[in-house]
Amino acid sequence: MHAFAYCRPAALADALRELAADAEARPLAGGQTLLPVMRARLAAPSRLVDLARVRELTGIAAAPGGLRLGAMETHAAIAEHPAVKRLAPALARLAGGIGDPQVRNRGTIGGSLANNDPAACYPAALLALGAAIETDRRTLAAEDFFTGLFATALAPGELVVAVQVPAAPAAAYVKFPQPASRFALVGAFVLRTEAGYRVAITGGGMGVFRWTEAEAALDSGATGADLAGVPLDPELFTGDLHASARYRRALARVAVARALADPAFAA
Amino acid sequence: MNAPPAPPLRKFGTAVPRLEDRRFLMGAGNYVDDQLFPGQTWAAFVRSPHGHAAIRSIDTRAARAAPGVIAVLTGADFASLPPMPCGWMIHSRDGEPMRVGERRVVATQRVRYVGEPVAVVIAESRDAARDAADLVEVDWDELPAVADVAAAAADGAPELHANAPGNLAFDWELGDSAAVEAAMARSAHCVTLTLRNNRLVPNAIEPRAINARWDPVEEKLDIRMTHQNPIGMRMFYAAVYGLAAEHRLRIVSPDVGGGFGSKAHNYPEEVAVAFAAKLVGRPVKWTAERTEAFLTDAHGRDHLSTATLALDPDGRFLALRVDTLAAMGAYLSSTGSLIPTYMYATMLSGQYAIPAIHCRTRAIYTNTAPVDAYRGAGRPEAAYLVERMVGLAARRLAIDEAEIRRRNLIRHFPYRTPVEWVYDSGNYEAGLDQALALADWAGFPARKAEAAARGRLRGIGMSAYVEACGIGPSAILARLGAGAGMWDSAEVRVHPAGTVEVLSGAHSHGQGHATAIAQLVADRFGIPMEQVSVIQGDTDRIQAGTGTYGSRASVGMSATARACDRIIEKAKRIAGHLLAVPAETVDFADGLFASAATNATLSFGELAFAAHAASGFPTDEIEPGLVAQSFFDPPNFTFPSGVHVAEIEIDPETGQTEVVGFAAADDFGVLANPMIVEGQVMGGVAQGLGQALLETCVYDPETAQLMTASFMDYAMPRADSFPELRLGFGCTPSPSNPLGMKGCGEAGAIGAPAAVINAVCHALDIDHIDMPATAERVWEILEARRREQG
Repeated sequence: MHAFAYCRPAALADALRELAADAEARPLAGGQTLLPVMRARLAAPSRLVDLARVRELTGIAAAPGGLRLGAMETHAAIAEHPAVKRLAPALARLAGGIGDPQVRNRGTIGGSLANNDPAACYPAALLALGAAIETDRRTLAAEDFFTGLFATALAPGELVVAVQVPAAPAAAYVKFPQPASRFALVGAFVLRTEAGYRVAITGGGMGVFRWTEAEAALDSGATGADLAGVPLDPELFTGDLHASARYRRALARVAVARALADPAFAA
Repeated sequence: MNAPPAPPLRKFGTAVPRLEDRRFLMGAGNYVDDQLFPGQTWAAFVRSPHGHAAIRSIDTRAARAAPGVIAVLTGADFASLPPMPCGWMIHSRDGEPMRVGERRVVATQRVRYVGEPVAVVIAESRDAARDAADLVEVDWDELPAVADVAAAAADGAPELHANAPGNLAFDWELGDSAAVEAAMARSAHCVTLTLRNNRLVPNAIEPRAINARWDPVEEKLDIRMTHQNPIGMRMFYAAVYGLAAEHRLRIVSPDVGGGFGSKAHNYPEEVAVAFAAKLVGRPVKWTAERTEAFLTDAHGRDHLSTATLALDPDGRFLALRVDTLAAMGAYLSSTGSLIPTYMYATMLSGQYAIPAIHCRTRAIYTNTAPVDAYRGAGRPEAAYLVERMVGLAARRLAIDEAEIRRRNLIRHFPYRTPVEWVYDSGNYEAGLDQALALADWAGFPARKAEAAARGRLRGIGMSAYVEACGIGPSAILARLGAGAGMWDSAEVRVHPAGTVEVLSGAHSHGQGHATAIAQLVADRFGIPMEQVSVIQGDTDRIQAGTGTYGSRASVGMSATARACDRIIEKAKRIAGHLLAVPAETVDFADGLFASAATNATLSFGELAFAAHAASGFPTDEIEPGLVAQSFFDPPNFTFPSGVHVAEIEIDPETGQTEVVGFAAADDFGVLANPMIVEGQVMGGVAQGLGQALLETCVYDPETAQLMTASFMDYAMPRADSFPELRLGFGCTPSPSNPLGMKGCGEAGAIGAPAAVINAVCHALDIDHIDMPATAERVWEILEARRREQG
């Protein structure tokens, strides 16, 4: 790890000022990606602005129509919070299935979203749920926020402040983990509302996406068993050391079918 | 004299909690990286980023000018050191000695694997050393690389060493090829399989580390190093490299956080650090980062084999022929040549009476980290091959897996195999029956039907292994190419107040020797375990020993037992004088010296004091003191055996395999501490399941870049990767040592892989699937079947 300066401001305005003052500064959330990358000397920020004490970034609470999750809330906190379990139980279960207990106790939703790992779990949930991401300067719809591999709409120095998640009683997430990292080899988040189904896939390799053909089929009365014949663009999947594109694509269909079999959809 | 104390409870053979665990659980373990010398400096290595390249030039100017840098050393600075030796000479079939590719401590002209050291920076801090290492500029001339063993053995492959055409280190054989040919000609069935034993990374939790200090006044080199064999390393450093005279070279291996064999070897980084400490005149420390461990710890396995098993009409084995390509990596590691030869081909008889066996092993250089001993070291490769062949034969001949094994088991001991070894003891059928009972083999069809109702494919598989542990005797091993003796040593010192210190030549890297040895000694002397301390791993205190690898603690334990017996013999003579009875009438039991000739007794403590008071017995006949040393050179290996049964379920939609049941019936002879043994079996099985389903070390075939260089890409087994294990133990005491012990450290890693793969093949109704049986590999088989069935 290269040497770096470190500060831990208590207010959002101070954090933003620290970041603005130094182009090579990086915000530190849970550090589950940034710190290993720094240890491997693949990143060398001049300064880490630790967000752990920034009060505006914390808090989980019911909000009109759903939930508001502070960016610095950990996966463990989201998994265990009564309001999340009540209003978006599928999101609580997703958070409880990320990594291992150590990762869940350190990693944060804001850090995960800003990193936008193409195999991360949250992006599938937020995209399917139609969540909104509050930053220090604007609010972005999830579909506008995730722009590609490890890419988001965040401007330099812009921080995720909170996530607004609609209540989602009928939703489920199914993940097939990559056996080494336990990131999603493929994960599927399925939501059903009065407006219809929304299906988001993560882990395909090209970044999170909505499987709109499946959504349309399900809206027309198709079941999980019928998804085998629904078109799914092969270009959305890539192969690597851990799985071929072909296998990932097949797993996506299985993941969606199994999500639809969740008791959440029984009512 | 005093009233006799109540005899202590026997400790040896019982599940005594480990004495070591107090400090480990309290975070008080003492590892190399925890320690600093005054004036400490740190080393960082500049490593090859290429799988194969020539070094045109190295520019160290920027690095030398960097803050905190003390020295930047390149290969030229180490030119006075001899190349890294391989300690086991293998001769090819034509009688030629193996072709040893020269491995410099620090490369001078050419690098042959990613991670090979080309320079070392010594600096005032770890970070300063790392920062400066980034500034060393090497002008590389990239060369074609080859990482796969079959590709490296093929015509036209890039060659690593000029003295090893075709990348062939040796072409070796064992067994009677003509007898195999004849048996196959008259056999009713032959089954043939080509299978790969996947390359593994050892992944000890504590990475390699060394801290070396040169004392110019005493001309003494003082080293802290995490290692399985510090006394052996002292000999290497003195005799091979001349780093210091052997009596002025101290190596201390404190707590060692795992090794699995990977810390039994002689590595270039450690030699370079020890040498650099003399050069710069200050203590130098290096602790491998995890990435360095992935890149440069000696890997395990990596065989590609084709085998044929011949059977008679009743399924009795007639002959086995094996042809193995064994990847050596870029260089022959310390015992790299031994593993695919005498640790492998000698085990190809398994538990079976096979009249004729022949093995040909071609050792092939590849542009990868060197391959050497890793938990099991050749024996897992042999057991996997034999047990896959047996599983395949059972399938082809439609004989139950248990039944075909039962028909072929060795039943009389000692048994001389056609491949060198004489099995010392065993009761293989009892082990088979115990495993069948533990696994409820007979109840499998009902469980399979129940799984099918849930849409899951269930399979059961078995593996019966024999391994060779407690390696010795030295004379036989020297004939087979060993460069060092394979005895072990212990010195037992009784203090005047009756406490005991054992100086053991073995070295625990997690096995709990301090507990097991204290159990043994406490019983021998009839004293509480708390009165016994066990010292290992400091060459200034323990002068003779051969370390711990190959499940050889039985050798050092036997030396300890003999030393205790020598002390008791002497103590009896002293007791005779003190009790005024003939020495031959003195008995010693439960800590008490007694004689039928008198009612008087002496406790062990009283005798210890008297031996040092040196009055009451004639010191011209019997010297004062109670110290004894023993060197135990075993008359034969020990041959533990076992039968492992795996039961698995496959999710047909994803190909995911879940191990739903695992039973192991092992015969390790006499157990010193059943709790420690169970832990060893569980850890070994975890690694075996890891190899079968998860772990694999992947190099890019074109560039020889390591693709699985972190835990994000190299899949380790975790607690939820396997079910509660059902363990059982048989006991046929080994006649190869006075304690009847056999060794248990590697059994799980040897027995488990074939059991799992046999179960996967059974569930899928296929001949074979290579390890690791990943979800995608299984899914591809099922997907192809679904397509065929339309």
